[in-house]
Amino acid sequence: MFNAQMMQLLAKGIWETLYMTLVSSFLAYLLGLPLGLLLIVTDKNGIRPMRVLNRLLSFVINFVRSVPFLILLIAVIPFTRFLVGTSVGSTATIVPLVLASAPFVARMVESSIKEVDRGVVEAAQSMGASPWQIVWKVLLPEAKPSLILNAAIATTTILGYSAMAGFVGGGGLGTISINYGFYRYQSDVMLVTVLLLVVIVQVFQEIGMRIAMKGDKRSH
Amino acid sequence: MGAMIEIKNLGKTFFTKENQVVALEGVSLEIEEGEIFGIIGLSGAGKSTLVRCMNYLEKPTTGSVVFDGQALHTMSEKQLRKARQSISMIFQGFHLLMQRNALQNVCFPLEIAGVPKKEAEKKAKEMLELVGIADKMQAYPSQLSGGQKQRVAIARALATNPKVLLCDEATSALDPTTTRSILALLQEINRKLGVTIVIITHEMGVIEAICKRVAILDRSHVAEMGKVEDIFVNPQSEIAKQLIYPQGRKEGTFQKGECVRIVFDGRSSFEPVVSNMVLACGTAVNILFADTKNIDGQAFGQMLLQLPDDETAKRKIFAYLTSRNIHFEEEFANV
Repeated sequence: MFNAQMMQLLAKGIWETLYMTLVSSFLAYLLGLPLGLLLIVTDKNGIRPMRVLNRLLSFVINFVRSVPFLILLIAVIPFTRFLVGTSVGSTATIVPLVLASAPFVARMVESSIKEVDRGVVEAAQSMGASPWQIVWKVLLPEAKPSLILNAAIATTTILGYSAMAGFVGGGGLGTISINYGFYRYQSDVMLVTVLLLVVIVQVFQEIGMRIAMKGDKRSH
Repeated sequence: MGAMIEIKNLGKTFFTKENQVVALEGVSLEIEEGEIFGIIGLSGAGKSTLVRCMNYLEKPTTGSVVFDGQALHTMSEKQLRKARQSISMIFQGFHLLMQRNALQNVCFPLEIAGVPKKEAEKKAKEMLELVGIADKMQAYPSQLSGGQKQRVAIARALATNPKVLLCDEATSALDPTTTRSILALLQEINRKLGVTIVIITHEMGVIEAICKRVAILDRSHVAEMGKVEDIFVNPQSEIAKQLIYPQGRKEGTFQKGECVRIVFDGRSSFEPVVSNMVLACGTAVNILFADTKNIDGQAFGQMLLQLPDDETAKRKIFAYLTSRNIHFEEEFANV
């Protein structure tokens, strides 16, 4: 059963899964981090309250987040084709992954930054810090441990989504699990792919925890 | 010396969806350059709002704040930020950056002001030395005690050479011993650097210890303002009396003339005032209430004595107190 060919297939699956997950996570943060910051800054108690923008942003984020991933995946196929040229394979899957996870990341960033003591922001304001300086020198550095911890959660969630994309030929371990394990009743293959996913999730989570703990100066 | 902060007819109303809350109304006061000015009031009196109007963290609804000759309401956001570098602030909760060590915390306002890194670190070290915790330079706030954190916060507040230091309940989270040491530090800074200090507190003890003048805030208004010793000796407003007699004072149980209140306003702690009086007058008195403190060898506080019924003995006591220059007044008391 686990001949060289299958091993090669699994190796490729691992690689594709890591590729999709990490690139998607990176891009999701590229979009989600500024969005999360914008949510915080424009909040009515934020450093630059902008009610309309805040409400609108919040609505869009909730809207995208309430669409089931599988539906979103199919709905954005034309957009994916336009961007990547195809709608199957791991690179194509990155498009819906980023679209689905960026709003989730934005909320994660928002909640991390909300943990920063309001008083510290006030202290910075009393020293004449500009909103930019508050974002760069107070909010982000002070929220860093929590941001990293949440990044580990976001990454593992994206990994889960990427496996779901296996149903529509998304590539990676998800596709192998569905094509071999589900359609061909090779439950041993399904089991192995699931185990591999479990290991990857554990590794991501552990790495995130360690970096966050090590960098947190509150826990000396 | 001229006024460092001049507040005229200041009002602040917070608008919420349902109603509006008046936090301050018709507040006028002048804080002189180089003095230690106290603002005292019960919680909810508007103290914190008032201090935040002094650096425009809260924009007043009416009235004006003039800082060092510049009217804050005429300034742009950018000019205000620049001005705030001269009006530092410390807080009850310290508000240090938890992910930065003491040195980096003190460097923070200098970074904001655009001071080059080397220069900032040199200045920060000087400041930490000034507040007496240069040895904790590398420690993170989570490794410091409350008093040490407040010292770092003071060093941070002084790093930009401010003209004014606003202290918002800066000692309220500290134990009495630490409070005394922080107050002594503030006094030293005021003397050494000439920084004008504004102290917000709900504790009369803090005002007595280091303030020269005080404004008593009550329900959004200034109830009373003047020299600390004058208000302490002769409080006019209800709220001032309440703050000076924390145990409360109802009239009626004792008739006026049966009691005398003597005030210690900084005479030597080593002088046994009551014992001497008893010996000199040859008559016993009953201490009904006493609240005195020893600050740097000086006694502050007050004592309520029940007088003997005998008129002659009473007069003797009054004469003695007058001759010793001890302030006193006849009182009603209910103890």
